[in-house]
Amino acid sequence: MSKRTEQPRDQRIDDALDEASGKRNRPTLKQEWPLLIFLVLMWGALWQDFSAGNLIFGALLALLVVALFPLPPVVLSGRINLWYCFLLLGWFILQVVAASVEVAYLAFFRRKKTRSSIIAVRLHTDSDLIVTAVGHVLTLIPGSFVVEVDRRTSTLYLHYLNATNAIKVARSRAKIHEIERRVIMAIGSREEYEAVRKIRTEIVDRQRGRGETGEEQ
Amino acid sequence: MELFLEIIVAVLLVTGSLMSLIAGVGLLTFPDLLTRMHAATKPQVLGFLLIFIGLAIHLRSWALVPVLALAWGVQLLTAPVSAHMIGRSGYRTKHVKRESLYSDELRTVVENASRSDDKD
Amino acid sequence: MTYIVVAIAGTLLAIGAVACLIRVAKGPSILDRVLALDVMLLIISAALCLEMYLNEHNNSILFVVIACAIGFIGSVTVSRFVSDQRNA
Repeated sequence: MSKRTEQPRDQRIDDALDEASGKRNRPTLKQEWPLLIFLVLMWGALWQDFSAGNLIFGALLALLVVALFPLPPVVLSGRINLWYCFLLLGWFILQVVAASVEVAYLAFFRRKKTRSSIIAVRLHTDSDLIVTAVGHVLTLIPGSFVVEVDRRTSTLYLHYLNATNAIKVARSRAKIHEIERRVIMAIGSREEYEAVRKIRTEIVDRQRGRGETGEEQ
Repeated sequence: MELFLEIIVAVLLVTGSLMSLIAGVGLLTFPDLLTRMHAATKPQVLGFLLIFIGLAIHLRSWALVPVLALAWGVQLLTAPVSAHMIGRSGYRTKHVKRESLYSDELRTVVENASRSDDKD
Repeated sequence: MTYIVVAIAGTLLAIGAVACLIRVAKGPSILDRVLALDVMLLIISAALCLEMYLNEHNNSILFVVIACAIGFIGSVTVSRFVSDQRNA
């Protein structure tokens, strides 16, 4: 923690204490409205009642809770693409199903002989939010979970089940980068989104070029 | 239609329970703590999704959907936290069986860090 | 129909719970035990869902929500305790 990077990077979460004055950073209402909306919806869901009166009372309670128990501000990226969020959710559920079958196979048939690896994956992003989201998604998919995080270099050290040779390790690393790409497409900042799209179109162009030359031959 | 829905509910509930069984078997048969952790995240993600969908269809109530979505969402938020904490302290207290790992890229980092600590 | 489903699913859950209990008894370290108990809590929640399915009510839904929401606190506490003990 002592050796933080010189320039505070964009959208990095400030620590709870302000370094100059030593006071707690209080989030502003503008930063906090997603949390407030979540709390109100949660209140409605718990009562199973989404009538206006109940929601207004829930909003009052949410404001009270947020004022009494302050959290350090979470800086969101300011961009969200609901279609890519939906795609991420669908892809996530498919991955969970596939991985569950694999873990079931290992649990029943490979048993004590199951091997795994701890691999280091360096993410391209330097936003805490994206690193956390990627870590969450890959921990929820059975077969991989985060053991340690290096925040300065955004490196995740993860335990990967059944990665028993170099090819499988490389494949799992590619999968983590795939998760990162999908998370950035869904909630990443505009610059990261543009960077991801640029790389994607380059790869697609190269593949298309290769296909055309293949036809000429 | 009714019968068709009920069959779907039955399949969902049984598959969801099967996930819990797999988690239990995985806990019992995997060789070390970190490997067992993979089995433990199973009933939370897929099993509960299936059971909740089955329950919502069976009770035919839209009012239940937000509560169940909330329960599942809260699980998605909290399950990785405990998995990470247990895995981290398990790794640090040397509960990993070396022979069950194919490669360990964290080990070199930790060794380098402790060597530089010794110099200081 | 519901009885058959509950019987099959309940058997699966019961075997899973027994496996967890064996791991709690055997577990070489406290972390194994707390992990197994975590899974046990989820199995109990799943069993409550089955009971709601059988008796067609939704009274225990709040228990399930709460178990999902704060079930992780136990394992986090224990794992912090374990790593602190080593550092001290």
